[in-house]
Amino acid sequence: MAGIFRRPVLLIGLVVTLALVAVALFSLVWTPSLPSKMNIVQRLKPPLGPGGLLGTDQFGRDVASMLMVGAWNSLSTSFLAVAIGAMVGSAVGVIVAMQRGWLELIVMRGCDIIFAVPPILSAMMLGAFLGSGRFTAIIAIAVFMVPVFARLTLAGAKQIWARDYVTAAVGIGRSKAKITLVHILPNISNQIIVQVTIQLGLAILTEAGLSFLGLGMPPPAPTWGRMLADSQTFFGQAPWLAILPGMAIAVAVLGLNMLGDGLRDMLDPKTNAG
Amino acid sequence: MQTIFSWSQVSRRGVMGLALGAGIVLAAPYAQAAPKTAATIGMTVEPGGLDPTIGAQVMIGQVTWQNIFEGLTTIDKAGKVQPQLAESWDVSPDGKTYTFKLRQGVKFHNGVAFDSSVAKFTLDRARGADSVNPQKRYFTSIDTIETPDASTLVLKLKQPTGSLLYWFGWPAAVMVEPSTAADNKTNPVGTGPFVFSSWAKGTKVDLKKNAGYWNKDVSVKLETASFRFINDPQAQSAALTAGDVDAFPEFGAPELVSSFEGSDKLATVIGNTELKVVAGMNNSRKPFSDKKVRQALMMAVDRAMVVEGAWSGLGTPIGSHYTPNDRGYKDLTGVYPYDVEKAKALLAEAGYPNGFSFTMKAPQMAYAQRSSQILQALFAEIGVTMNIETTEFPAKWVADVLKAADYDMTIVAHAEPMDIDIYARDPYYFNYKNPEFNAILAKVEASTDAAEQDKFYGEAQTILANDVPALFLFVMPKLGIWDKKLKGLWENEPIPSNVLTEVFWEE
Repeated sequence: MAGIFRRPVLLIGLVVTLALVAVALFSLVWTPSLPSKMNIVQRLKPPLGPGGLLGTDQFGRDVASMLMVGAWNSLSTSFLAVAIGAMVGSAVGVIVAMQRGWLELIVMRGCDIIFAVPPILSAMMLGAFLGSGRFTAIIAIAVFMVPVFARLTLAGAKQIWARDYVTAAVGIGRSKAKITLVHILPNISNQIIVQVTIQLGLAILTEAGLSFLGLGMPPPAPTWGRMLADSQTFFGQAPWLAILPGMAIAVAVLGLNMLGDGLRDMLDPKTNAG
Repeated sequence: MQTIFSWSQVSRRGVMGLALGAGIVLAAPYAQAAPKTAATIGMTVEPGGLDPTIGAQVMIGQVTWQNIFEGLTTIDKAGKVQPQLAESWDVSPDGKTYTFKLRQGVKFHNGVAFDSSVAKFTLDRARGADSVNPQKRYFTSIDTIETPDASTLVLKLKQPTGSLLYWFGWPAAVMVEPSTAADNKTNPVGTGPFVFSSWAKGTKVDLKKNAGYWNKDVSVKLETASFRFINDPQAQSAALTAGDVDAFPEFGAPELVSSFEGSDKLATVIGNTELKVVAGMNNSRKPFSDKKVRQALMMAVDRAMVVEGAWSGLGTPIGSHYTPNDRGYKDLTGVYPYDVEKAKALLAEAGYPNGFSFTMKAPQMAYAQRSSQILQALFAEIGVTMNIETTEFPAKWVADVLKAADYDMTIVAHAEPMDIDIYARDPYYFNYKNPEFNAILAKVEASTDAAEQDKFYGEAQTILANDVPALFLFVMPKLGIWDKKLKGLWENEPIPSNVLTEVFWEE
């Protein structure tokens, strides 16, 4: 772990991510004021003034509280979506690697099809079926996470299946399922963890996009994406309403991407020779 | 992401505007500018067709009414009925026979003359069994139509209809030429001062001056006019600043209006409209079937807060389905004023001491979304939970709410003037049934005395204010932003319209 201080990318990523998680968790027990509490008299007050640390929005709600709860909403939605996507995708990947043959062909073409549809578009279609809301957002993001993990684990698992010790295990009559659990999964878990981190950043961005389009969590739950959407026409009067949630999204995605890159460098046996 | 996109567009247009501006400044000393004869009018939503006699969208009338199409009567900028294709009329003492003297020498844009047979055709088409006229009920009192000669039209009514002449001025009652009536949706042919020239779907409708316009009393100054459709308020603002659009008579975002203050080029003209923002409730569904619940919800609403939060304070609170510029208006905002404690008590009395929860089907328009969020916060104060479900307008909203009445509460701006009678319609999405109210509206039509009619309208307003079939919120103002040199646009909007007859460029 001492090596972490020689990896600034990893360090910054870790600090930013932990700070974000801390703020999100903290919002569950305390916020400066109730994020849905409107106070029209105090509307559009700039940051560091009577409206509170980060000012107020067009309904006089406290922006700092909204951003904090927004962090929780954004992170929890994204995390659930990536968790579902990673589990389903990895399961598909290792099973396909186990069976190969025509199954591999079908699943890989299926992944191609899902890849071809932009996630926002598929979320809008899902929204028409399920109605917009958090559940739709989670499913929509998870659906497009599945092929990412399926491809990753398939490629990784195929390499492991070709190793001598796996061939030996097959030779002594171990079942395919047992080999997958004992040899394959542990050897590709690092890759999955790195990918989860990177996909989390992408999920946050997608969740913000869906909320921006009104397909995320419904009001009064604050989300960064909707804060951004609502602030558009107020940009001239109240630029902080756009800048703050925009910065929150940018910092969150940047932090998770740096963490992912740092983890990859650290866990990759090739670059981790030292 | 879209924010960034539209901002780059703004700056691009800004740069274009600067470049154009510089060009004009440089060119000015050399060019003796001829008076401008073209105007581009911006609108937020594009109409689905161009025939106001078959479609209910107010945008159809906003493009075509008084520009392409004209009626027997018309409504002037003060909201008064004026003669148009009917020069004059006589009403029999019992109010059941109307004799119109039609104007001679009026020709449609395709050369066909307007006469009593055309008027009869139009009215028969509007009231016929297979009529799809959006205001069909306005023609139901007509019993027979006679045409003794080419310039006389006699209507025999089943019962006196005091508002008939007013209704004849509406976009839905404009005169159409029999041979072109079927194609008016895409190629409108009327008698007005402008001829339809083209429609680039999704972008604009172009009109040109009608050289043979019958009314020689007005001199139409514009040679050409276009209606441009721009949905996004940011883009509307950019188009105005850059001069791509000369006027937005109904600018989309009140919060951007202050950015035009102090502009040398653009004038901000805030006028009246008939746009009543009301949160309709399904009066046949529990718990809204209980009058006390509706009254409690009304008392939970701070109208001033709604106006401030949803429309930047630019709007007038209302207490009934009526605007201050309508005849016989009564200020009824005090009947159920904002009072959280009384609202809670009334709700408990109705059997909901712990409140209840329901779903608001709110269209995507900014005013509806913002008003809903404020209502959500206000209802939370009395323990009522409101979930907001965004319902796409017009298609899904019309299907789910207006047609199927499958909703708890909704919110929409009613654009038609003097449409208090919608609460007497059956079926209509409020599912409000009150014979007493219907009887008063029948009295309005049976009366020919204006003062008496105003009194009945006052009674009708009072019933609605007490019964609260919908939460009456506020009237939107008309946020007109246009070039200071462009003159003749209507400041107020007694009926949704963009009348270009008297529009001209000041030199």
